[in-house]
Amino acid sequence: MGVEIWQQSGNLLVKLSGELDHHTAEELKEVINREWEKDLTCNIIFDLENLSFMDSSGVGVIMGRYKQVSKTGGKIALCNLSPHLKKVIELSGLLKLVYLYGNVEEALRELALT
Amino acid sequence: MGNKDCMKLEIPGYSSNESFARAVVAAFAARKDPTLEEISDIKTAVSEAVTNAIIHAYDHKESPGSVIILAWTEKESLIVEVVDQGVGISDLEKAREAFYTSKPELERSGMGFTIMESFMDEVEIETTLEEGTTVRMVKYLSSKKLQGEKSYGSAE
Repeated sequence: MGVEIWQQSGNLLVKLSGELDHHTAEELKEVINREWEKDLTCNIIFDLENLSFMDSSGVGVIMGRYKQVSKTGGKIALCNLSPHLKKVIELSGLLKLVYLYGNVEEALRELALT
Repeated sequence: MGNKDCMKLEIPGYSSNESFARAVVAAFAARKDPTLEEISDIKTAVSEAVTNAIIHAYDHKESPGSVIILAWTEKESLIVEVVDQGVGISDLEKAREAFYTSKPELERSGMGFTIMESFMDEVEIETTLEEGTTVRMVKYLSSKKLQGEKSYGSAE
C-alpha cells in the first residue's frame, strides 16, 4: 500500500494506493496519527481513487480516525470510491459517520462551508 | 480428490501473507469467468476469513501455526474453505454479530463475518475449542454470457 499525506487549508489529506488490509492497516494508522498530532487539523480527507482493495480492517482504521477527529469537531471525508469500496463502506455502516465526495476539490470546498 | 478443479494453499499465519492468499483464490476463481464484482466479493470474503484466522486463532502462541485455504468448483459454484488449528471460537453467535469484536483495542471494525455473509451466498462455520476453526463459503457464479456483464455495486 502507498500513502501520500499532507496538510491543506486545515485538512489532513491522505491519498492511498494499492491494497488496504489488516497487514497494511497498522502502518496507515501510525502514519496518520503522526501527521495529525503535528497540527491537530480538523478534518481528514481520504482520496481512495487508487485504492484497489479494502476489507473490514480498512473500515476499522476509518472508524478509529472518526473517533479521533470527532473529539475536536472534525469530519472524515472519503473521495473517489470505486464500486467495490462503496459496497464495503455501505455494508459496514460507515455512511452514517463519514461524508462521501466525488473528488478532493469537492471535499475541500464542501467541508469549508460546514 | 476426484475433482480436477481444486486447489490447496498453506500459509504461515502472518499478516504479510493475507494479500497473497486472497490473490490466489481470486486467480483460481477466474477460471470460471466470474464478473468483476464476483471476483471482488470473493477476494474480500477470503481476506476476512484469513485475517480472522491470523488475528484470533494463534493469538496465544509464540509463533503462529498455518492457515490452509482449499477451493474447488462444483457446477457454477465456487467453494472456499479457510482452516486453522487454533484456539477455536468460544461464542460463535456473538462472533457473527455485526460490530462485535473481541479485540476493540486493535480498532477492529467487527464486520468480518458480516462481510463474508453478505458477499458470499453461503457461510458455514465449524469450530472446536483448542482444535480450530473451518469457515466454508460458497459463491454462486452467474454466467456473464447469459446476463451480460453486471453493473457493479448495489442496485440503488
